[in-house]
Amino acid sequence: MPHVLVVYTDDEPGVLTRVASLIRRRGFNIHSLTVGPTERSDLSRMTIVVDAEAPTVRQAVEHLRKLVNVLAVEQLGDRPMVVRDLVLVRVATAHEVRSEVLQLAQVFRAAVVDIAEDSIVIECTGSLAKIDALVDSMRPFGILELGRTGAVAMARGTRTPAPSRAPVPLRTGTGPEAMSV
Amino acid sequence: MSEPGSFTGAQLIWESLLREGVDTVFGYPGGAILPTYDAMTEYTIRHVLVRHEQSAVHMADGYARASGRVGVVVATSGPGATNLVTGLATAMLDSTPLVAITGQVGSALLGTDAFQEVDITGITIPVTKHNYLVTRAEDIVPALREAFAVARSGRPGPVLVDITKDAQQSRATLDWEAAVPQRHLRHIPPTPKPADLAQALELIRQAKRPVILAGHGIQLSGARAEVLALAERADIPFALTLLGLGAVPATHPLSLGMMGMHGEAWVNRAIQEADLLLAFGMRFDDRVTGKLKEYAPHAKKIHIDIDASELNKNVPVDVAIAADLGAVLRALLPEVPVADRSAWLGTIREWRGDSAVRDIKNLPDDGHLYAAHVMHDLWRLTKGEAVVVTDVGQHQMWEAQYYKHDGERSLITSGGAGTMGFALPAAIGAKIARPEAEVWVVAGDGGFQMTFAELMTSVQEEVKVNIAIINNGYLGMVRQWQALFYEGRYAATPILSPDFVKLAEAFGIPGQRVETRGDLAAAVARAREARGAALIEFKVEQEDSVYPMVPAGAALHEMIRRPSVLAETGSDPV
Repeated sequence: MPHVLVVYTDDEPGVLTRVASLIRRRGFNIHSLTVGPTERSDLSRMTIVVDAEAPTVRQAVEHLRKLVNVLAVEQLGDRPMVVRDLVLVRVATAHEVRSEVLQLAQVFRAAVVDIAEDSIVIECTGSLAKIDALVDSMRPFGILELGRTGAVAMARGTRTPAPSRAPVPLRTGTGPEAMSV
Repeated sequence: MSEPGSFTGAQLIWESLLREGVDTVFGYPGGAILPTYDAMTEYTIRHVLVRHEQSAVHMADGYARASGRVGVVVATSGPGATNLVTGLATAMLDSTPLVAITGQVGSALLGTDAFQEVDITGITIPVTKHNYLVTRAEDIVPALREAFAVARSGRPGPVLVDITKDAQQSRATLDWEAAVPQRHLRHIPPTPKPADLAQALELIRQAKRPVILAGHGIQLSGARAEVLALAERADIPFALTLLGLGAVPATHPLSLGMMGMHGEAWVNRAIQEADLLLAFGMRFDDRVTGKLKEYAPHAKKIHIDIDASELNKNVPVDVAIAADLGAVLRALLPEVPVADRSAWLGTIREWRGDSAVRDIKNLPDDGHLYAAHVMHDLWRLTKGEAVVVTDVGQHQMWEAQYYKHDGERSLITSGGAGTMGFALPAAIGAKIARPEAEVWVVAGDGGFQMTFAELMTSVQEEVKVNIAIINNGYLGMVRQWQALFYEGRYAATPILSPDFVKLAEAFGIPGQRVETRGDLAAAVARAREARGAALIEFKVEQEDSVYPMVPAGAALHEMIRRPSVLAETGSDPV
């Protein structure tokens, strides 16, 4: 059962290593982990999809909360949320099936972003299930290459605020502007 | 010349340590930390030169456990830093507050595999609460202040601060107030929910057969008085974890003794039969629960620990409170009803009577010297007032069974990590932290040989520790497992030792050998009278085993008892 965690961290090099190290060491099975900037320049936001039972997920949350670089951990499972994943998939398109592939792509409101002689690249954004369905529908034609970003998630309705009053990260690390706490 | 008010990074390290109240650091110099050692000569902080960096961490660990203060370690880059890893893991698993400062190659050389460069922050992520790589002098004070705050706060633990050589050499101003740490406050647990407290009270009220599980967290929280008040008010007996020994007095009428793999049979039985467990500052380690599926099957469980990730980890509980134990108990105490549970206490007393068969300390002296004799007599001779620092193995369990610890912080041992070689260096640290205390090392012949080079540190630093080596010629605990579970194939467990008396003399330390119980008291007296460190080798029964024992993976009540034939013949049939 996948659970979606949103983790706010200091925007410092090395934080991803700490989170990844924790997940590996404690044996938490993750489906995907994405990280990127937020509305605040000093914070990063991770979306972690954990494939585990509820008690294990609760453990993961508590362990993440012990990391000094983690400001807040939210478990989105218990309220409405938007989860989006992006896929780029290169499908083999011999002449006779090309129009069929294009039609299927339209059904999924996917964009065709590259056309070669014998293949096309489709880009699609959507829920994890939608992406899975798109990929399944393309499989009979022959998937030559596939890349997914992993999920980014946000709660619906109420704003999920970045933790307020975050103390300024320490400037430590390598390079002129870099930090690697 | 430098600007007024500016310091080198090296000076900033010492300025920070002074302001954090540090009086002693344990370390070993080297290239990348040289600027810091050079600046040390301007400061009054005591430096203890060790013989191996691993021992420096154990000393700082012993210092911290004996005193409750933060232990500090200094080492150089590369192998100096990697030698810290075992000690950091030891401190991490036993929640000891430490700050380790390591030198690092110049920042321009980072990532180039320069001489004595290792990625120590990468290596120590899993064995520290947090760590830092500092490359600029102006970042040293904020990093160190935060390191101390992180080490002390919540569940304490080790923090490593890696500082490049150029950061130690360049200059910055000192602004202590601007560097006030904040990030350690991110994870301070919320105050307990009233509903949880109410439910805990209700469970205590209803319980007929409650047992308190007293752990290390009692000492870390400073909650001894509160735990005793609750136990006495509600008439609840307490069982102790290994690291909980001393947290509440062993000779208290409500004290049952140690629980778990080598705990007393009646203690484990009380836990298995209990209808309520109150787990205070302990973490249901596999060494205390045995087989989880059959652990305390009749008991409701209340678990109070400051580390939320320990709650519902191994044992699902009915009330889980992540908070400072002392604070929770102060909130609960006025509401806890006064109770009389003499029926339950009487039942446990009956079980206890049955278990005395294994108790060899009262056997007539049959010419064999047993480690149990040594521990029991040492307890009597020191009136139970010594700080005992044990290593890891059979002697550690015998000490836990036969030395009755009443005082807080009177037993220092590597519980979670089980690190052999811990005892001697940790004892040196403990004695430096508490010079007025009588400190005893209790170590096996195997573990002692791992770190005995620190004897020279005790001589050079004039640290009086008394050393009892329990020599049975085996890596005894492993031998015991081989005897019980590997059909007696003693693979690599017979171990030779040097002549420990001559060895002590080579270090300039008085050494004695004791082979019969009759010589024990006089030898202990001479060791105590010696001005400096003193060593006694106790040649004990070679193939004695620690009983009772819950085999790994068995339920807590399925204990292997001491074969009664021993009581008759004095020889261990195993």
